Amino acid sequence: MMSQRDVQGHDAVSSLRNDGAGPLSSGETTTEILAGKTPDVIIELQEVTKTYRSGDLNVSALQGISLKIERGNFVAVMGPSGSGKSTLMHILGCLDTPTSGVHQLDGADVSGLSEIELANVRNQKIGFVFQSFNLLSTMSAWRNVELPMIYGGVARTERKQRAHEALEAVGLSGRSNHKPGQLSGGQQQRVAVARAIVTNPSIILADEPTGNLDSVAAADVLGLFEELHQRGRTVILITHEQDVANVARRIVHIRDGKIQSVDERSA
Amino acid sequence: MNGIESLRSGVEAILSHRLRSILTILGILIGVAAVILTVGLGEGAQANVNAAIASLGTNLLIVTPGSSTTGGVRGGLGSATTLTLQDAATIANQSVAPDVAAVAPIVQKNETLTAGSNSWSAPVVGTTPSYEQIRNRSVASGRFFSQADITDHANVAVLGPIVATSLFPSGGAVGQNINIGARTFQVIGVMNSVGSTNAAANEDDQVIIPINVAQEELFGRAQSNSIAAIFVEAKTKATLGAAYQEVNNTLLTEHHILTPSAPDYTITAQSSLLSTASTVSKTLTILLGGVAAISLLVGGIGVMNIMLVSVTERIREIGLRKALGATPGLIRRQFLIEALILGLVGGLGGVGLGLIGVVVLPHLIPNTVVVSLTAIVAAVLVSAVIGVVFGVYPASRAAHLAPIDALRSE
Repeated sequence: MMSQRDVQGHDAVSSLRNDGAGPLSSGETTTEILAGKTPDVIIELQEVTKTYRSGDLNVSALQGISLKIERGNFVAVMGPSGSGKSTLMHILGCLDTPTSGVHQLDGADVSGLSEIELANVRNQKIGFVFQSFNLLSTMSAWRNVELPMIYGGVARTERKQRAHEALEAVGLSGRSNHKPGQLSGGQQQRVAVARAIVTNPSIILADEPTGNLDSVAAADVLGLFEELHQRGRTVILITHEQDVANVARRIVHIRDGKIQSVDERSA
Repeated sequence: MNGIESLRSGVEAILSHRLRSILTILGILIGVAAVILTVGLGEGAQANVNAAIASLGTNLLIVTPGSSTTGGVRGGLGSATTLTLQDAATIANQSVAPDVAAVAPIVQKNETLTAGSNSWSAPVVGTTPSYEQIRNRSVASGRFFSQADITDHANVAVLGPIVATSLFPSGGAVGQNINIGARTFQVIGVMNSVGSTNAAANEDDQVIIPINVAQEELFGRAQSNSIAAIFVEAKTKATLGAAYQEVNNTLLTEHHILTPSAPDYTITAQSSLLSTASTVSKTLTILLGGVAAISLLVGGIGVMNIMLVSVTERIREIGLRKALGATPGLIRRQFLIEALILGLVGGLGGVGLGLIGVVVLPHLIPNTVVVSLTAIVAAVLVSAVIGVVFGVYPASRAAHLAPIDALRSE
């Protein structure tokens, strides 16, 4: 399976490589000006807090997180349930806004954006991979992959071509007309990964991507993330499993809404 | 995401939920068809009643002897038969009653008619030539009698179509002789059918002869001057009221009646009958329309239910679409288009079914069904509005859910 993908998908993956060039290069100069000494930082959190109201009680999910992630890095955010890692993931994914603090994504401050602006940021700069795949069951694989490009205003013929390229890159070129129900769990998650990379986003955000998979399929999907990292993409992995986090270059441990420790690892 | 993309994804969503879409469309379809058919039936009944009354003449007054008061002593001359040919002649005078166009006094008596070996019993009506015009009648063959026939005291008769076929089953009634009682009359014409459904006073089942001949030959000299009724035609529908006043004033004077509230005659206007009948059939239309509106409402509630369920079970989809970059406006538009397509297909299907019903129904039941444009437009509009309102309102709420909450929902 892996070797087959390597042979078939090499060119397509190369063409989808995000190495700072392409449509995102306009943001590059802004990044350099704003960030000064660290031009390669793609995500920067400064003292980010998040407080939920639960009845009369204020629940403090994040209590001042400061974090920098460089372009092309492979970062795992790890912590037990209730540690605040899901909340952090929602903020990193622009699905939610912080109560206080600054969130910079690709050189732009996104902490105070409106709902419509956030929708555009999600569409252009973030590729999501969810635990439960979240594919639309009535649509074929390539139609699922096409979805974010529809909202991005990409022309129909280009959408079809790019969707097929992305499916080829995850080793599913022969399955593009299959519906999610006709695919195994591992294959469905590959379709989801194809959907995440097809818009050429700044970051790929994976929330427990192996949570619903058996160990073989899980290893397969993690190999895919490693490969995306090798090709220069920025990957952020949210997990509670040490085995899963171990594939990353950096592991950020979260506990009680604070960063507990950061492990830098060699490749 | 442009309009064509939205339309395509709407059609796809409808096709991928076939059963649900069919149920929604069916709900609207039945409601719309029911409105068209029930309103059509009501208006058909109204048109039938109006046509039947209009055929009697809407600018017609009928003067009959006797007072509307019962049990009281009648005023006037003290005679049981209070209307006379003289009354008819006075009303016909243009200087006395300028708004009266024509007057036809009638006398009537049941007689046995014979022609060869055939015999038939029917009312014999004695009247003047203006009867044909006033009662909206026409002859199918031969001619109606003329003023000359009256002057000549001619023994001529015009037969109603039922009488004609009863006495002359093989046809050719005109020119033949019939006996009315002991007298012989020549048939000069056969009337067209009025198609009256009133069995008690079927105008197709009568013989019409000159009024003076009727009085002299059939009723005898004793009653020669008294008549059964006077038909009065006003010049137009608008002058019916004026004609009524003129006839009433003339008769009050002629009969020397001092208390106008207790006359010895009754004047009936066909138009008052018409307006009563119209009121009845309008009530019928409102009743049927109400039933139809309720069926549309029930259909609408069904659509609302299906739309609510549809949105609820697709909250995850909405959350995913939002995570992938769909704005709330795009989510709303997607559901709006879906609801519009369902509403439109259901509405047009309902119009189609309703029109088929309009064509087919008259073959199954004796009623006329009228195509009401108002009903069609109203039904389609209401169904579209119901579909859109109940499709978009929950979608709009879902569109503003935080994408994480929508994604989490199971």
